[in-house]
Amino acid sequence: MTDNPTTRSERGELVLSLRGVSKHFGAVSALTDIELDVHAGEVVALVGDNGAGKSTLVKVLAGVHQPSTGTITFGGKEVTLSNPAAALDLGIATVFQDLALCENLDVVANIYLGREMNPLRLDEVAMEVKAWTLLNELSARIPSVRDVVASLSGGQRQTVAIARSLLLDPKLIMLDEPTAALGVAQTAEVLNLIERVRDRGHAVIMISHNMEDVRAVADRIVVLRLGRNNGIFYPDSSNQELVAAITGATENAVSRRAGRRQAEQSV
Amino acid sequence: MSNEMQGAPQRETQDAPKPATLLDRSDSRVKHATGISGAVGAFVERVRSGDLGSLPVIAGLVIIWTVFTSLNPVFLSANNLVNLLFDCSTVGVISLGIVCVLMVGQIDLSVGSMSGFASAMVGMLWVNHGWPVLLAIAAAIVVGALVGAIYALLLTRLGMPSFVATLAGLLAILGMQLYVLGATGSINLPYDSALVNLGQLIIIPAAVSYLLALAPGAVMMLLGMRTRERRRASNLSAPSVGSLLVRSLAITVLLEIVVAYLNQGRGVPLMFGVFLGLAVAMDYALKRTRWGRSMNAVGGNHEAARRAGINVSAIYTSAFVLCASFAALGGVLTAARLASASQQAGSGDVNLNAIAAAVIGGTSLFGGRGSAYSAVLGIIVIQSIASGLTLLNLSSSLRFMITGAVLAIAVIVDSLARQSRVSHGRA
Repeated sequence: MTDNPTTRSERGELVLSLRGVSKHFGAVSALTDIELDVHAGEVVALVGDNGAGKSTLVKVLAGVHQPSTGTITFGGKEVTLSNPAAALDLGIATVFQDLALCENLDVVANIYLGREMNPLRLDEVAMEVKAWTLLNELSARIPSVRDVVASLSGGQRQTVAIARSLLLDPKLIMLDEPTAALGVAQTAEVLNLIERVRDRGHAVIMISHNMEDVRAVADRIVVLRLGRNNGIFYPDSSNQELVAAITGATENAVSRRAGRRQAEQSV
Repeated sequence: MSNEMQGAPQRETQDAPKPATLLDRSDSRVKHATGISGAVGAFVERVRSGDLGSLPVIAGLVIIWTVFTSLNPVFLSANNLVNLLFDCSTVGVISLGIVCVLMVGQIDLSVGSMSGFASAMVGMLWVNHGWPVLLAIAAAIVVGALVGAIYALLLTRLGMPSFVATLAGLLAILGMQLYVLGATGSINLPYDSALVNLGQLIIIPAAVSYLLALAPGAVMMLLGMRTRERRRASNLSAPSVGSLLVRSLAITVLLEIVVAYLNQGRGVPLMFGVFLGLAVAMDYALKRTRWGRSMNAVGGNHEAARRAGINVSAIYTSAFVLCASFAALGGVLTAARLASASQQAGSGDVNLNAIAAAVIGGTSLFGGRGSAYSAVLGIIVIQSIASGLTLLNLSSSLRFMITGAVLAIAVIVDSLARQSRVSHGRA
């Protein structure tokens, strides 16, 4: 809504662009005419209330669901994402909310799951080196990559999941609620991680309910409401504006409280 | 401003201590084992946390052997052990297949019937229809693979739990076995044939067996040194030459002693050699290939495996096909061992022995954890009990009870160790 490009840093090339994407499940329109642009080196936060269509949108981009109508342009070409493997091959990596790690396998095996080097005689040494390199690039603190994932903390698992998504050097990384299950320190760690991923030149789409986290790392905040675009914001926009866009009402508990605070300050 | 002042020294202390140069040793919070004493310490630590590996089964084996030897010294005689190994090989091969399905968190209850049907097929095709023996065996294994593929199809396409599908298969295949055997109910295999000789007589020549016993240690040392060089070149921690040498020497000495003892009697059965060879091949496939990694992943968390781009249906299919094929091969070996294909083949305790062997050996019923060697260790335990009780002239009623108790203990140990691993963060 409030686009003031003077305060924005230069954007990278356009990585992903959605035009008029809709998705129906029977009679329900989960997504209607969604427009979304994501550039390289940019963190786009996708916010919205429950049922706003955030997860559906991520699933469409991850190749889990196919859109009913609309076009997806990725890297300048129009693409169809018919299954998760197709999305991965194009360079769209997804970190799911439940991380999807195998607890019985060690960190290296999880990072390389499905993409092991040298399928008939696994190259453990090379995989371990690459795993350490990736984790070190993210300044991750994993005690040992030979430990099973079951022995890691929530934040460390998140790190492993993000490192895994970086393995194929994707152009776009989607993170679904990356901080939902994390403590304060771990959340900070993951937000740092997201910044580092952006600084590496990847485009990032992040879903979150937490406005503080969103403000902390997002370059742009895209609000969805009832399956439709409901405005684009920047981290400096007020909480009131964001909540209004998310809930669709300017008059609500949060805005009232904010109004009271403003009134008190001005007195 | 004050914030910056506070922040600066912290950042310095974070960057300052960087003495560790190895990639996997940069985290100062982690203890690492060094040298031989360190390796021993790490092993003890692992066992205490519930990562028991094959320790319980080896302990159980020692107890079982001690008890039976004290009751009847013949038990530990070389020739009795040779016989034991002959008996192990047949069900052991079936158990290798069970390891595959348990690995992906499924089960095949029809391996007994499958093995019986395979032996009946070989009897019919080879003896009654005059097919070449190898072709008959191949046909039996192909049928096994088909059965496995059907189970996989029922599971992946129709969502039929493998427990039910294979239970239905158990009955259906048993029916097919009875049909093939016809009214006579049994087909005798020619005594002088190579197949029956394999099952009853053929021994690996002593010299060859000593040489073969050298191989594992040598291969371990060679590969260990190669990996060590590569790890050092890649700036990773590497095991010391000493610990590699100690381990290779220990396994070589152990194997040579076992082989020497068996050679006091008839020697090492070729059939057991075949079984061990298959186990080694399976272990390599499960641990060192992408397929094996995918098997582990599917058993651990099949949804995660699916999202990682693994073709989960194909992995399930491969597991069931392998399991039923191994069951068929095991059936052929059983026919060779008994020199006949009968209605009794594959019935009774074969099914449960094969499954129990895998579980007793340390393959988890919950999926995602196990190794091919668990089939070897487990079947030796089960056959030891059977052989010991036979030597004591005890009835099969007692044998069933004791085997049942051992299986229960094995599952309890698995379960307790699993809880302990979870609480120590090692699941």
